[in-house]
Amino acid sequence: MEHTPSRAMPGATLPAAYLTAETSSFTDFLRAQAPHLLPGNLGGVGEPVRARHASELNPQPPHGTTIVAVTFDGGVLIAGDRRATSGNLIAQRDMEKVFVTDDYSAVGIAGTAGLAVELVKLFTLELSHYEKIEGVSLSLDGKTNKLATMVRGNLDVAMAGLAVLPLFVGFDLHAQDPAKAGRIVSYDVVGGRYEERAGFHSVGSGSLFARSALKKLYDPGSDAATAIRHAVEALYDAADDDSATGGPDLARKIYPSVVTITAADGAVQLPEEEAAEVAESVVTARSSQPRG
Amino acid sequence: MTMPLYASPEQLMRDRSEYARKGIARGRSVVALKYSGGVLFVAENPSTALHKVSEIYARIGFAAAGRHSEYESLRRGGIRHVDLWGYANDPRDVSARQLAIVYAQTLASMFTDQLKPFEVEICVAEVGATPEGDQLYRLTYDGSIVDEPQFLAMGGQVEPISSTMKETYQEGMSLREAVLFAVKALSSGTSGNGDNGQGVGKLEVAVLERSRPRRAFRRIEGAALAALLPAEADQSDEATEGEPVDPKPEKGSEES
Repeated sequence: MEHTPSRAMPGATLPAAYLTAETSSFTDFLRAQAPHLLPGNLGGVGEPVRARHASELNPQPPHGTTIVAVTFDGGVLIAGDRRATSGNLIAQRDMEKVFVTDDYSAVGIAGTAGLAVELVKLFTLELSHYEKIEGVSLSLDGKTNKLATMVRGNLDVAMAGLAVLPLFVGFDLHAQDPAKAGRIVSYDVVGGRYEERAGFHSVGSGSLFARSALKKLYDPGSDAATAIRHAVEALYDAADDDSATGGPDLARKIYPSVVTITAADGAVQLPEEEAAEVAESVVTARSSQPRG
Repeated sequence: MTMPLYASPEQLMRDRSEYARKGIARGRSVVALKYSGGVLFVAENPSTALHKVSEIYARIGFAAAGRHSEYESLRRGGIRHVDLWGYANDPRDVSARQLAIVYAQTLASMFTDQLKPFEVEICVAEVGATPEGDQLYRLTYDGSIVDEPQFLAMGGQVEPISSTMKETYQEGMSLREAVLFAVKALSSGTSGNGDNGQGVGKLEVAVLERSRPRRAFRRIEGAALAALLPAEADQSDEATEGEPVDPKPEKGSEES
């Protein structure tokens, strides 16, 4: 695929490279045609402006905090708190950190918010681009592999203190046992991907507390509603002990965001009213029994 | 001493047009039309794997007739263009009108600059927030662009199909009515097409559905398609292994 200087503009013809490129990856296409649009230094051209270290930045760029993922009978869910922090300050109270990336997958993000949101945006586009070009969607392992490559591409920036950690959940349409088709895949900053076979996982600053809570609550045979309740409980526990994680904010009506993935409905965001209901019942229960 | 071959520009263009038109007429037909819930594409296509109709963007669909390799490269180029455009700006800045103009320019330059013109006719459609916002563009091999108000037919024997459509088209058809209408129109073009001589062959059906929240494009295949077709035309299409038929949105499309 050769680089053509003229990008397609309204009223101009499609450049030859658009018609002949053999890649079905949008990132590869972007790297050849418009490297300046790539997030981080995935482009690898020119001299990237390197942050010497993120700690020198003042104020600190916003950080996303806690994400939890839980499998249940016939699906999987991912949930996140809504807080982004900048150093000791709350940068945003109602940030969305859980994204539906295609019909059967979703990604939650922890780490430097600006880079992470951009990463998910590109990942979502990558999946739909592949699906449109090839006529079939990527396999679940293909999706997780693509995401690993993207995280690895961010390594230089991560070394400077601006790490991005996604947590991937997906429903495997080709699974032998549809009850166990919900899968969780976690990543590290160098792009390592790890299948979480335990059935639950958490990333971000409050993940230690959320994971401990889930360890006691998790039940592989539970239904979606119970799993949602468990996830919100775990986020509550994370917020309880981690100052960077936001708990349900009943006064401002900010509740954790939850995405469930099942065979029948695909990946869907839990409606705000239902999230509110779960969050309120968790808060009420904790007011009589603070330790859950 | 030999004289260089000379052909007048008019002659050259005429020859190219004729060449492209013949190539397109050899293929099978595709129709696209507006119905109450969005835009419907119906193509005669014996293959379940090589598509004539496909998704370009969240609210934009594409249908083509003619030579597969050529419209396939246009389709891929179009997807790359809109995905890049939507990524650099915002998904809302991508429009069928803009894509159609880019396609028209591309086809026009192919027609005039290249030895062999593209033997394709393509349709770009967009579903809007309201029926008034639906758009249907037809692009021909020489880069002409037509904004069709209601329906279009491309490829194969177009005249009988268009005249049937012109006679019976109504505004605001339901999906079921629109599919029946399209099948009837297609079958009027198949006589003497060298096919089995009776009715239409395997169908590829897809819709851009206004009621679908994110990506409007949906293929109708397998059982969902059989339920829409008249009983006597036994369409034993097997569902391709692509997306499973989503049972949820059909309810919406039935009532719309």
